[in-house]
Amino acid sequence: MRNLLLTTCLGAVAAFAAGAANANEELIKMSQNPKDWVMPTGNYANQRYSQLKQITADNVGKLQVAWTFSTGVLRGHEGGPLVIGDVMYVHGPFPNPVYALDLKNESKILWKYEPKQDPNVIPVMCCDTVNRGLAYADGKIFLHQADTTLVALDAKTGKVVWQMKNGDPSKGETGTSAPMVIKDKVLIGISGGEFGVQCHMTAYDLKTGRRVWRGYSEGPDDQLLVDPEKTTELGKPIGKDSSLKTWQGDQWKIGGGCTWGWISYDPQLDLLYYGSGNPSTWNPKQRPGDNKWSMTIWARNPDTGVARWVYQMTPHDEWDYDGVNEMILADQNIGGTNRRILVHFDRNGFGYTLDRANGELLVAEKYDPTVNWATKVDMDKNSKTYGRPLVVPQYSTEHNGQDVNSKGICPAALGTKDEQPAAFSPDTGLFYVPTNHVCMDYEPFRVSYTAGQPYVGATLSMYPPPGKTNMGNFIAWDARTGKIVWSLPEQFSVWSGALATAGGVVFYGTLEGYLKAVDAKTGKELYKFKTPSGIIGNVTTYEQGGKQYIAILSGVGGWAGIGLAAGLTDPTAGLGAVGGYAALRNYTSLGGRLMVFALPGN
Amino acid sequence: MASTEKPAQEDMLVRYLIAAIVLAGAPLVVGAGLAFGDGSGDPAAVKNEDGKYYDKEGNPTYKVQSDGTVDWSTYSGFRRYHSDCHVCHGPDGEGSTYAPALSNSLKTINFPDFSNVVVNGRKNVNTAQESVMPSFGTNPNVMCYLDDIFVYLRARANDAIPRGRPQKHEDKPASVTKSENSCLGQPG
Repeated sequence: MRNLLLTTCLGAVAAFAAGAANANEELIKMSQNPKDWVMPTGNYANQRYSQLKQITADNVGKLQVAWTFSTGVLRGHEGGPLVIGDVMYVHGPFPNPVYALDLKNESKILWKYEPKQDPNVIPVMCCDTVNRGLAYADGKIFLHQADTTLVALDAKTGKVVWQMKNGDPSKGETGTSAPMVIKDKVLIGISGGEFGVQCHMTAYDLKTGRRVWRGYSEGPDDQLLVDPEKTTELGKPIGKDSSLKTWQGDQWKIGGGCTWGWISYDPQLDLLYYGSGNPSTWNPKQRPGDNKWSMTIWARNPDTGVARWVYQMTPHDEWDYDGVNEMILADQNIGGTNRRILVHFDRNGFGYTLDRANGELLVAEKYDPTVNWATKVDMDKNSKTYGRPLVVPQYSTEHNGQDVNSKGICPAALGTKDEQPAAFSPDTGLFYVPTNHVCMDYEPFRVSYTAGQPYVGATLSMYPPPGKTNMGNFIAWDARTGKIVWSLPEQFSVWSGALATAGGVVFYGTLEGYLKAVDAKTGKELYKFKTPSGIIGNVTTYEQGGKQYIAILSGVGGWAGIGLAAGLTDPTAGLGAVGGYAALRNYTSLGGRLMVFALPGN
Repeated sequence: MASTEKPAQEDMLVRYLIAAIVLAGAPLVVGAGLAFGDGSGDPAAVKNEDGKYYDKEGNPTYKVQSDGTVDWSTYSGFRRYHSDCHVCHGPDGEGSTYAPALSNSLKTINFPDFSNVVVNGRKNVNTAQESVMPSFGTNPNVMCYLDDIFVYLRARANDAIPRGRPQKHEDKPASVTKSENSCLGQPG
C-alpha cells in the first residue's frame, strides 16, 4: 500500500516535470534533425558535429559561394546563425541586429529587430562589441544584448514577447555570450572580468522572463548556490564558506569569475556545464588566496541552480587564464571502461577530460607543447596538491612579484585557446581544436577599484613562442590519452569555431579570412576560400531544399582583432621582423558578412 | 582615501585648463606642432623638475638618452597604457580593429585636448561607425598617470622609442612615489 502510494506520487511528479520540460523535449528532438541548427552550440553536448554528408572529403574541393548577406555592422562577428526549417536567424555585434531570412525565397528578410541601446556600453566591453549568437525555443528567438538585456522575440514576427535586464553596464557588466535554453529556462552568463564584476549564471523562465535562480562564481554559499556537504570537488565535499575562505576580506564582491562562454547540458544526468573566468584584478598580489570559484568548471542542476560538482583548474590565477571555454560532452572508452566524459580545452593550455557525472579528473595534458607555466597537473590522488597545476616559479607572476616583468610565459593571456569552440566527431573519436600559439611577458602592479572603470593591474606583451613564426595551430586531439594526433600550423591564432561532419570533413576559419576544409582523419587541406574579412565566427552547416550548405560569419575583431591588428611586439626587436610578427591589418580589414557555401549544381 | 585623492585630481585638472587657455592663444605653437608631427609642438625637454621632463611650452615630455634609457614617466606610461588603454587602442599605441592608433593621433592632438578626451570621454556614433571613448575622470589608475601615459604616447608619436617595452629606464624619483601614493590614496 505504501509502495503503491509512493508510486502514484512519483508518477504525478514525473508528469508535472514532463509538462515543464516541453521546450526541452522539443529542442532535443529538433537538435537531432541534422537539416537544422537550432542551438548556438549545435547540440546540448556542444559537439559541433553534423550528420550531413552531401559534402565529403572527395567533393569539398568543388565548394563555391552560394549566397552572402551583409549584417550592416563592421565589428567582430563571433558565433553563427541558427537555422530552423526554411528560416535562418542571423545576429550581429553591437547594436545587435537580428534578421530572419527566408531561405525558400532567396534569403529575403522576413523581419529585422534592432534594440535601442545606450552607446555608453561600448567602451565597457573589454574586447570589442562581439555577440556570440541567438537561442531558440517555444516559438521564440532569444537575444542577449550588449547592455545585458535578455529579450524574447516572436520567431515568426520579430515582435518582443518579454525582456529582462540581467546586469548594469554602468558597473562594467555587459552581455556577449549566447543564451542557452534548458528545460523551461533560458540561461545567460555575464561579462566584466576586467571591471571587477561579481559574475554569475542566471536562469530566466522561458515563458515570462521571470528570474528563477542566480548562482555567483564567488561569495557566500547561498549566493554560490552550493550545498557544502553535497557539492563536491574531486570527490570531496567543498565544505562551508568554500569561496569566502579564499579571498581577503570582501574582495569577492569585485572578484570577477565571469561566465561569458558556452553552456552544455546532459539530459540524462540533468546537469548543465560551463566555466567561470579570471578573478579580478590581473594583479595576483592584490588578491591573496585561491580565489574560489573563479577559473572553475561548474556542474549545476538546471531547475535549482545548485552545484553538483566544481573543479578549479587555475587556483589563484596569475596570467588571466579564464576558464570559460566550452565543455564538450561525449561518451568514450577510456582504459577499457565506457565513460561519460566532459572535455575542456582551457585557456591555461591543458586539455582536461573529466567524468561529467561526478567531476573525477581522468586526463589533463598540454595541448600545445610550448605551455610552460606549469609542469603538469598533479594526478596523484594521495598528493596534497591533487588536481592542481604545478606552477613553475620562473613563470609565476605571484612569485616574481609586483612591478617585476615575468618573461617568456606560454601561453599568453589569450590562452592556448579562447572562446572559439572546438568540435568532436564520433566517427573519428577526435576533437578538432582551434588554438593560439602565443607567449607573453606579464608585469602586475597595484590598482584601485572604481565602479564601472577598468580594473586590470598588469601590463603584458605578446609574441610567438621562441623560434616559431606561426601564432596558431589547428589540431586534432585524442581526449582519451591527452595526445595531439595532428597539428596544422596557421600564421595567426585560429579564432574561429570548428565544425566536424559525417562527410569526413572538418571546417574552420582563419584571421586572414580563409574558410578552410580539412580531412578529419589526416588534417590534409582540401579547400580554402578567402572571405571579405577575418573570421572569428563559428562554422555552421544545414540542409535546405535537399542541399547541404556551409555558413560562416566574416568580420574580424574581438580580442584577436585588438591584439593582432598591429602585429605582436617583437621581444628581440632589431633582429628583424619575420612572418609571425606580421600585422593582421596587412591581410584583412573590417567586415560584417555572412558567407554561405554549397556544391555546384542541383 | 578620497580626501587625499580628490585635491590631487582637481589640481591636475586646473593645470590642464590653464594649459588649454595658454595654447588657445598661441597659433604659432600649433604651426610648430605640425612641423614636428607632434600636436603639442617641439617635444624637446628643456626642464627637469623632480625627475619629470617638460618642453618649452610646459607640456610634459619624454627624455631618451643615447643608450635608449628612458625617463621614468615614459616607462610608467608604457605600463599604465598597457593596463588600461591597450585593450581598445592596441599594443604600443598602434591601434586595433576597435579604436584608433594613438601613436598617430598624438601627431595632431595637443596635451590639453588629449587630457580633455581622457577625462571626459568622447562619442563618435553614426551610421558608419560606433566609437565611444569612456570618461576616465574618476579612475585613479588612469588619472594619477595621465601625464605619464601622454608622455609615453608622445614618445611613440615622435618615434623616439620603438615598439615594445623600454629596456632601460631612469630610477623612480622619490617625489613620484610620494605623489603617486597621495593620488591613489593608498600606501605604496
